[in-house]
Amino acid sequence: MSAVLDHPAHAHDDHHDHAPTGWRRWVYATNHKDIGTLYLLFAFTMLMLGGVLALLIRLELFQPGLQFVNPELFNQLTTMHGVIMVFGAIMPAFVGFANWMIPLQIGAADMAFARMNNFSFWLLIPAGLMVVLSFFMPGGAPAAGWTFYAPLTLQMGPSMDAGIFALHIMGASSIMGSINIIVTILNMRAPGMTLMKMPMFCWTWLITAYLLIAVMPVLAGAITMTLTDRHFGTTFFNPAGGGDPVMFQHIFWFFGHPEVYIMILPAFGIISHVVPAFSRKRLFGYASMVYATSSIAILSFIVWAHHMFTTGMPVTGQLFFMYATMLIAVPTAVKIFNWIATMWQGSMTFETPMLFAVGFIFVFTMGGFTGLILAMAPIDLLLQDTYYVVAHFHYVLVAGSLYAMFAGFYYWAPKWTGVMYNETRGKIHFWWSLIAFNITFFPMHFLGLAGMPRRYADYPMQFADFNALASVGGFAFGLAQVYFFFAIVLPVMRGKGEPAPQRPWNDPNGQGAEGLEWEVPSPAPFHTFETPPRLDPTATKILDARVQPEHH
Amino acid sequence: MKSNSCKLGSLLLALGALSPAAHAVNDLPGGPAVRQLNLHAAATRIGVEQAWLHWFMLITCTVIFIAVFSVMFYSIWKHRKSVGHKAANFHESVTVEVIWTIIPFLIVIGMALPATKVLVAQKDTSNADLTIKATGYQWKWGYDYLKGEGEGVSFLSALDTTHRQMSNDGARGQMPDDYLFKVDNPLVVPVNKKVRIITTANDVIHAWGVPAFGVKQDAIPGFVRDTWFRSEKVGDFYGQCYELCGKEHAYMPIHVKVVSAADYSKWVDGEKKKIAAKQDDPNKVWALADISKRGEKVYAANCAACHQANGKGAGPIKALDGSAIVLDADKSKEIEIVLNGKTTPTGQMPAWKQLSDTDLAAVISYTKNNWSNKTGQVVQPAEVLAQRGK
Repeated sequence: MSAVLDHPAHAHDDHHDHAPTGWRRWVYATNHKDIGTLYLLFAFTMLMLGGVLALLIRLELFQPGLQFVNPELFNQLTTMHGVIMVFGAIMPAFVGFANWMIPLQIGAADMAFARMNNFSFWLLIPAGLMVVLSFFMPGGAPAAGWTFYAPLTLQMGPSMDAGIFALHIMGASSIMGSINIIVTILNMRAPGMTLMKMPMFCWTWLITAYLLIAVMPVLAGAITMTLTDRHFGTTFFNPAGGGDPVMFQHIFWFFGHPEVYIMILPAFGIISHVVPAFSRKRLFGYASMVYATSSIAILSFIVWAHHMFTTGMPVTGQLFFMYATMLIAVPTAVKIFNWIATMWQGSMTFETPMLFAVGFIFVFTMGGFTGLILAMAPIDLLLQDTYYVVAHFHYVLVAGSLYAMFAGFYYWAPKWTGVMYNETRGKIHFWWSLIAFNITFFPMHFLGLAGMPRRYADYPMQFADFNALASVGGFAFGLAQVYFFFAIVLPVMRGKGEPAPQRPWNDPNGQGAEGLEWEVPSPAPFHTFETPPRLDPTATKILDARVQPEHH
Repeated sequence: MKSNSCKLGSLLLALGALSPAAHAVNDLPGGPAVRQLNLHAAATRIGVEQAWLHWFMLITCTVIFIAVFSVMFYSIWKHRKSVGHKAANFHESVTVEVIWTIIPFLIVIGMALPATKVLVAQKDTSNADLTIKATGYQWKWGYDYLKGEGEGVSFLSALDTTHRQMSNDGARGQMPDDYLFKVDNPLVVPVNKKVRIITTANDVIHAWGVPAFGVKQDAIPGFVRDTWFRSEKVGDFYGQCYELCGKEHAYMPIHVKVVSAADYSKWVDGEKKKIAAKQDDPNKVWALADISKRGEKVYAANCAACHQANGKGAGPIKALDGSAIVLDADKSKEIEIVLNGKTTPTGQMPAWKQLSDTDLAAVISYTKNNWSNKTGQVVQPAEVLAQRGK
């Protein structure tokens, strides 16, 4: 049984896989492939919802003056766009990839805690509903920015409390999911797969899971203190009672900075699979990549106040955080070099996964450089809270995380669904997204340098032209993702396309993709690796072919 | 692919027809330029250094970017299966890893050194010529001149109301170049003087930033922060609020007018006159009941600590209730003591000349008509003023 919704019959396997049918299959799901599919569909829905909010923002900002929304609603749009994209789209999508691929890549039958896995997913539904429906509560959705700074949050209506509740639920979901991932990776690898032979995607998720467990409770602390300040008479962030608004920022960003690495490390993992596959060459510097990823994760804990350079900390503090932030550029650069060294002297082809992977390396690096420029505290004073920052994080999150997810989707969809996506349409999606993305976000660098502040519903006339350009690009980018869903995702979910071979990304001589996920048929059977496979010395191939989908 | 780019093209054309052709905009000197690509022209030395630092970073990053991606695109061109290139077999090299760890590390250190210099200079707010407190309100700025020439001047600075209305109306038609920057009372400072700006807020976090000076500082309720600038140019400079502070976040601009020293003194004079005019009219003639009510407040705030609320004093502090000086028909006796104080063998009555004429007249009238004192005398502010000179 595959994860495809309307599945073609795989006659000789069917009666052995006791997959449930109907709604119970999904509500009671404990299968990592099904849960992965649920996460990905949820994330894509939230991506579209968050995208609609973005388009409303760009619609208003197309011209100076207020035409469509009032400033209160505008602040709700910017806040919820951020919340939905970060917590509803990017994070659950990566968990979806983790669920689908980690057991397959380590030769495990499923995740360690299959029922907790189900709970982790289904918690997201009430949380997501609360977040989306908060627009309809009295006073509208929260409007304090996705960063929820105090004391502005004390002025928000009841939707702020709903938002806090939803964040707690999503945090619980993330923590449970991370525990699941860590235990699975540490305990359930097939014999012979040492940690230093494990696929890079699993490494990046192992490290990400530790980051999540470390920092989600910190966010929970910050939002709980906000809740008690709002309703239970505490004054953690209220100076009138001896509190400190800047303390909120410290606590929030202690979570917030590792959070952005949580959103990029799994992307790095995906790229580390796609680039070697399409270069027909092993990943260059595997050990170095592991150390670089670990360094990035550890450093991510000591840089949080670079989001706070203008709060008035002593110069020693500013210097420390500036130096630490600039230091993260080094392991990140090492990773970029390793990917390029993988491509070097390879034998490359450029199917859609590779297009997105190469696009990622190119555009993510641009975002990385603007991050380095922002790390320079004297320059940050000019650029803090301007559109330069907006440009920076959209480059690393959209052209970074999202492109990596597209690369991963195109790469693994044949394994998930059993059919090949349409390659021409995939290329259209790539070029359309790339061009529209740059039209949208590149002008924002100029706006930021010229001083245009963030979260502004209206702006001085001199900023008009670049805003108009960004709005046009934004709509084009959004349309590209609608195209992606209807022209690529829907057909493969329905099983429409060329049947996918077991190894769609390998030449007849075997060169190309490596990993245990390619040792199972396409689509992957409902149950895989029910008995741990015997592996070759590189831990990328199964020695005994008889060990595959178990016949009872 | 062709059909999609055609669609995009015609969409752009259509939008171009709609777009700000109706809005003929000019650059705003001291504010943003139309389609500005880089930082503002700096009016301060710090701003010049920041701009240098930015160019340094931009050029360095661009050079590295071009170098790295030339390698990548070369590889994409040459090492393709479709041109027959066969994949090599290598997949690690400790030497190479060490080299491309150390070189970026050294580059980063090279970037950090000039940045450190500028940062330390930016934080040094000592020895300011003029100190002004900027308070963020929802949604305007309040300026208090605390120290230096102009001390005591105080006013609010808010966005011009017609601009706010224009925003609501959709910014149609010909818009002014300082749209969303124009305020009722700009902050006026002298050129070439070190101005220290102390920031705080009344409600939520705001941020005071002026790009042309290279300054930005959060305004945090309950706390004070500071920053400084020395403008080397005369003119108008504009900034905005840089921390989300509620619904009118986009509508609380900053306008700093930098003027010559002479113009600044003239402006300070004018402001002081405005403030004095707003104060009590020293020639007003008060009725007893009104002035006594005022005097009660002044007494409670200034005198009751020593003379007690019941006017009976204690120990060396003289009673006012039944005091001969207070009951004296000659008002100048009490006025003299309250104005200038009195040293006696048993104690020191402090001088109160720093209070206003009206407050002094009020409290003296109050003492003459309260408790068991019932002189019926009224002391007018003009009498206190007349006695000041003597």
